[in-house]
Amino acid sequence: MIEIWRGTWVVAYREILRFVGDRSRLLSSLFMPLLFLLIFGAGFTKALGPLARNVNYIQFMYPGLIAMTVLTSSLFAGMSVVWDREFGFLKEILVAPIGRTGIVFGKAAGGTMVAFAQVLMMLVLAPFLHVPLSPGIVLSLVPIVIVLSIALSGLGILVASFMQSQQGFQVLVQVLIFPLIFLAGVFFPVNNVPDWLAVISKVNPLTYGVDAIRQVFLGSGLGLGVSVLGHTMSIVEEAALVGVLGGVMLAGAVLAFNRDV
Amino acid sequence: MIEVRDLARRFGKLEAVKGVSFTVEEGEVFGFLGPNGAGKTTTINMLCTLLKPTSGSATVNGFDVRRNRSDVRRSIGLVFQQSTVDEYLNAEQNLRFHGYAYGMPHALRESRIKDLLTMVELWDRRRGNVRAFSGGMKRRLEIARGLLHHPRVLFLDEPTLGLDPQTRRHIWDYLNELRRREGLTIFLTTHYMDEAENCGRIAIVDHGSIVALDTPDGLKDKVGGDVVTIATADNQAAADAIRGTYKIEPILQDGVVRFHVPAGETFLPDFVLRFPQRLLSVGLRRPTLDDVFLAMTGREIRDSELDERDQMLQGMRGWGR
Repeated sequence: MIEIWRGTWVVAYREILRFVGDRSRLLSSLFMPLLFLLIFGAGFTKALGPLARNVNYIQFMYPGLIAMTVLTSSLFAGMSVVWDREFGFLKEILVAPIGRTGIVFGKAAGGTMVAFAQVLMMLVLAPFLHVPLSPGIVLSLVPIVIVLSIALSGLGILVASFMQSQQGFQVLVQVLIFPLIFLAGVFFPVNNVPDWLAVISKVNPLTYGVDAIRQVFLGSGLGLGVSVLGHTMSIVEEAALVGVLGGVMLAGAVLAFNRDV
Repeated sequence: MIEVRDLARRFGKLEAVKGVSFTVEEGEVFGFLGPNGAGKTTTINMLCTLLKPTSGSATVNGFDVRRNRSDVRRSIGLVFQQSTVDEYLNAEQNLRFHGYAYGMPHALRESRIKDLLTMVELWDRRRGNVRAFSGGMKRRLEIARGLLHHPRVLFLDEPTLGLDPQTRRHIWDYLNELRRREGLTIFLTTHYMDEAENCGRIAIVDHGSIVALDTPDGLKDKVGGDVVTIATADNQAAADAIRGTYKIEPILQDGVVRFHVPAGETFLPDFVLRFPQRLLSVGLRRPTLDDVFLAMTGREIRDSELDERDQMLQGMRGWGR
């Protein structure tokens, strides 16, 4: 037990040390959301008009882009596993008396903290976009970002434990990341789309993360929320769903890491 | 310090290690000598708890490598074949990370970091970018890191692979000093014969089995004394003549006839005088571990290297590499 705990913080500590030391990664992970915000925001806001009462397109998209930031920085936890294996450092960790479970938890915790740091940076934009921001909103965001990030880090580590090369992992992430983002209701509400698209979106776990964050910022009852079988999901339900998924992903990653060596 | 009984590991159909047994005493330098693909790294990985044995048992520092993994890990330090330092951290951070991972108390950790970095002459470069380190510096850093948590056994997997001779000698100076200072047990694998000479005892491994185990001198004595090589116009006839006169089995190789005799200095003058053919050249030397390997396996160590494809497969097999 002590070993799992020590493994978690030691591995997470290194992730953060590396994140802080790598400015290019910091900037590049904020680049994509900013690009979408700028181009899609400029292109669609006027054309579409308000999507709901007092919600224009940029305000609609902004919470989704926060979820997207969480996605990219969380998947990086998986990337760092592949990276460590390729550069040999994984061996140093594997042979330390910290246990595989601690390594997985540490990578996930590191990914979560990095995701959190990036979300905080994104929050700086809120006032400029006339998105409401208050201490209450930030506090409500904390648990959602944590469960979402754990789920996505778990996914990244799970995939990474079967990957031998960076290239392989990157290809897979590219294949995964765009459908995940585009079908998660980041750019358009998923309650007013053709059935096939609605079904895919509602299977996509990121949808619930996006919607929960959106409800935190813009409030519930705008008519933009995700409904499953006629029931409109509340923030708590969505966070719980993502949380359960996170548990499954993390458990899967732990099993994959502990499998016969 | 290390006890191994019938340890075996197979990967699918391939038997990488076929039931090896040996004991390493405390404070000993014990070497595994053999060509690439002989099962050296597989054995080390099993002893280090990175790989589960298919059968057999092993204990390190009294702890079972299957059941008491954490205790084994705490008892050992490791220097791998490929570099495993984190190039994004500096030298000091690499050691500090290691100290955290092994749960070392703060004061002990910091003083040990200073001691070891000073010993491997990297203290001045402690904040330096590891990416800019030379191969020898990285290896020294890894040795320092492997020793940080006061292990009882240091495992070195091809510790000087790819380093120039001067750096290799340098690294051995450190290792010998450590052994003197800390009573460290060292287990190493190598396919350099001269490196194996540093060992107290050597196990010669080939195709996953130990074919001989003794001190370097003991092994050399086993091959039957000094090595005589001669070249003549007709080597086959020369070999027949030697076999007939001296009842020795010579080996024909690379255009020379080679055979072993005890006390070569007194043998040679008489031999040259009496030999029926004209001799083109005569050589006499003490046996090396190369000769031992040749005598035990019938091949030279460099001929036994796996081809590239085999090595690649081997590399892919180890999860975590």
